[in-house]
Amino acid sequence: MARKLMKGTEAIAEAAIRAGCRLFFGYPITPQNEIPEYLSHRLPQVGGTYVQAESEVAASNMLYGASGAGVRVLTSSSSPGISLMQEAVSYMAGAELPVVIVNIMRAGPGLGGILPSQADYLQATKGGGHGDYRVPVLGPWSVQEAANLTMEAFDIADRYRTPVMVLGDGLIGQMMEPVELPDERPPAPDLPPKTWASTGWKGDRPRAVINSLYLDADTLEAHNRHLQQKYRQIRERERRFQMRFEEGDYDLLVVAYGTVARVALSAIEELREQGRRVALFRPISLYPYPYRELAAAAEKARAVLVLELSAGQMLEDVRLALGRSRPVHFHGRTGGHLISPEEAANRMVEVLEGRSQEVADV
Amino acid sequence: MQYEMVIAGFGGQGALLIGKMLAYAGMKEGKEVSWFPSYGPEMRGGTANCTVVISDRPVGSPVVQRPRALLALNLPSLDRFEDAVRPGGVILYNTSLVNRECRRTDVVVVPVAANDLANALGNPKGANMVALGAFVGATEVVPMTQVEALVRETFARKPALVDVNLQCLQAGFGEARRCVEGRDRPAAPGM
Amino acid sequence: MSSPAVLEETPAAASERTRAPVFGHPESLRQVITHYCPGCTHGVIHRLIAEVLDELGVRERTVGVSPVGCAVLAYNYFNTDMHEASHGRAPAVATGIKRGRPDLVVFTYQEDGDLASIGLSEILHCANRGEKVTVIFVNNAIYGMTGGQMAPTTMPGQVTTTSPLGRDVSLAGHPLRIAELVSALRTPAFIARGAVHTPLHVVEARRLVRRAFQYQVEGCCFSLVELLSTCPTNWGIPPHEACAWVEKNMVPYYPLGVFKTPDGGDRAPRPLGRE
Ligand SMILES: Cc1ncc(C[n+]2csc(CCOP(=O)(O)OP(=O)(O)O)c2C)c(N)n1
Ligand code: SF4
Ligand SMILES: [Mg+2]
Repeated sequence: MARKLMKGTEAIAEAAIRAGCRLFFGYPITPQNEIPEYLSHRLPQVGGTYVQAESEVAASNMLYGASGAGVRVLTSSSSPGISLMQEAVSYMAGAELPVVIVNIMRAGPGLGGILPSQADYLQATKGGGHGDYRVPVLGPWSVQEAANLTMEAFDIADRYRTPVMVLGDGLIGQMMEPVELPDERPPAPDLPPKTWASTGWKGDRPRAVINSLYLDADTLEAHNRHLQQKYRQIRERERRFQMRFEEGDYDLLVVAYGTVARVALSAIEELREQGRRVALFRPISLYPYPYRELAAAAEKARAVLVLELSAGQMLEDVRLALGRSRPVHFHGRTGGHLISPEEAANRMVEVLEGRSQEVADV
Repeated sequence: MQYEMVIAGFGGQGALLIGKMLAYAGMKEGKEVSWFPSYGPEMRGGTANCTVVISDRPVGSPVVQRPRALLALNLPSLDRFEDAVRPGGVILYNTSLVNRECRRTDVVVVPVAANDLANALGNPKGANMVALGAFVGATEVVPMTQVEALVRETFARKPALVDVNLQCLQAGFGEARRCVEGRDRPAAPGM
Repeated sequence: MSSPAVLEETPAAASERTRAPVFGHPESLRQVITHYCPGCTHGVIHRLIAEVLDELGVRERTVGVSPVGCAVLAYNYFNTDMHEASHGRAPAVATGIKRGRPDLVVFTYQEDGDLASIGLSEILHCANRGEKVTVIFVNNAIYGMTGGQMAPTTMPGQVTTTSPLGRDVSLAGHPLRIAELVSALRTPAFIARGAVHTPLHVVEARRLVRRAFQYQVEGCCFSLVELLSTCPTNWGIPPHEACAWVEKNMVPYYPLGVFKTPDGGDRAPRPLGRE
């Protein structure tokens, strides 16, 4: 297929269709309205169904139903709406339902604003709702990658029977870039059949009960052990990251994800032209976090700088990965402000020249 | 080589469309491109702007603080972005809606009366095409042939509009070329 | 009681009266420029509420709750204490205020996405508990704030960004009639529907808003006034056409009038077998 200039939101929507998703439930919220708007006309064209739910609470429970019936299903929202979905996400994690959720983050807390942010990182990667569960989270840095990861998210969801989140910010949702999409991206051939789904019981398999209720402590603990076993597998197999300028030596390792990593890259390229030795580490999977790979990458560096559109959320994972082995510095913007390449470069130079204070312990 | 530009104006003046057409033309040229619109509360104030990056290699930051070129369709846009443009860059502004001179002396300044030119051609709605043509003339960021093809494509369903818009496009282009030629060449992107 | 004496006006008082402004800015409305689009009728509705608060003399003990919709910034416009609720939850927030401080006059200003979609549960239960609050419900048949998506009140066939071929009632159902729906509850209440697309309708709407607040001030009952409003921006038509659109398309489907008063009893169904 030829390259097409697409908005991040539209590319995500079209990618879901290419991955065989024919069902969308959602509720309008800026800055991701193009996803429902696009799918409201595209899905009927391909024999799919678009439903505007009465709320995110309803949309997420529609997902519960559809996924429980064995169908690939998508929803998308932005921060306040995602918060409302957390109850259902916990239930879906408990009932082991594969769904894909897109969060185009905006600045919070509360109603906040509609400008870009990365302040839902902790909510996304540490569970978000109640109970012991995790959701695989993918953080694209380009429109093309947003499309690719959306398609992949459906496979991950089906493989592990889990909700999967694509976590972008308002910038990736609103920007346009060239995208190439396959005509069709069939599910991976080795995905397990959905014999657990509620497709009508004819006696040829155990009755399907889509459920997260286990009143007996032993049974519930066994269920939790099973879930944790699954998360271990996910941590083993699904870590994704990218490095730039890892060849040769570097003094500073910059860690950023999503569009912020793009800004960081531009800043790093500029500094390298001046002979500064800086490299970039970009986690793509935010859960599971590439702790080991980050720790290895930091070995070459004297210091680490984390850039985020938040007050320091992924920062916690970086510190978990590095312990006290390297001084960790931080630069974050909130309120919907972006980090400019100049701003990022200035912070990098400050760290390199010993003019920056490392993140304190409390 | 990478070229970053900001296109800004009132909502409805076509700043976002001009940016999209530039990005699209760049893509057709086989370049890497990104287009990022302003969105949010500032749009309620009636202004719209976008950042376009056209590059030989994957685009780094789609957000740019110091663009190489500015297309200011009205006064508030010139006020806001004039100082951001890199020395040696290009500032093209719409004198029909800007009642002052550009203050910068270290950039190539190209004043074009986009609305007046469009009116003179009997196509008041074509001011955005005049501006686009002029911007291409001043920066040579994409080949004019590519933009012309794009206009044909954009208005394919309304053939009556193809020629009038091409006229506006070419008028703007010509105006900017006359302004630029015989001066120091802008920091031409060379692509 | 004998008929009141007709008082002669002194010349000074008469000239005072003729010089006194007949049309001023209500004290309950702040003198600020709103962010509403030109020609949008949200502003008219704000003014009606403010005039009524002034008239009833309750401004200083009124607390309003603004929604999440185009009126999200209403807290900047009413000259009273205000809360900003999360999307659809204003009736719950209002319940909290009123139960905590029954002496306050509490109103919510809500719109169709906010009240009739995500907040349908909150409004029904607030009304059903008979909370002594006043709900001003602005129905503009669309999600204005987010750029023109389909609302539960969107008219059949109406094109929006999420009903690109027009609202299909076989998939999205028919527009929700909130005044009718809420008045079906057994709990006594004042429920009415008005409109603001012509001066006469505005006058009528003002009376409804006044009655609604009056019931609350008397500690009588829950009150809700639905007001048909315009969204020229997202309907994609000029303001005067938008007003005509209300008359032509909305009024026939959303009949204007009083649906329920607190003294009225339950609406008895017709006996079975006699339809
Ligand atoms: C939980 C949540 N979901 C979605 C939104 C996005 N949102 C903001 S306003 C709005 C609805 C606007 O429509 P309406 O209530 O009819 O008000 P109008 O703008 O038409 O006046 C929505 C869905 C939000 N802020 N919070
Ligand atoms: S978008 Fe519609 S409802 Fe909102 S202020 Fe504008 S005209 Fe009014
Ligand atoms: Mg509305």
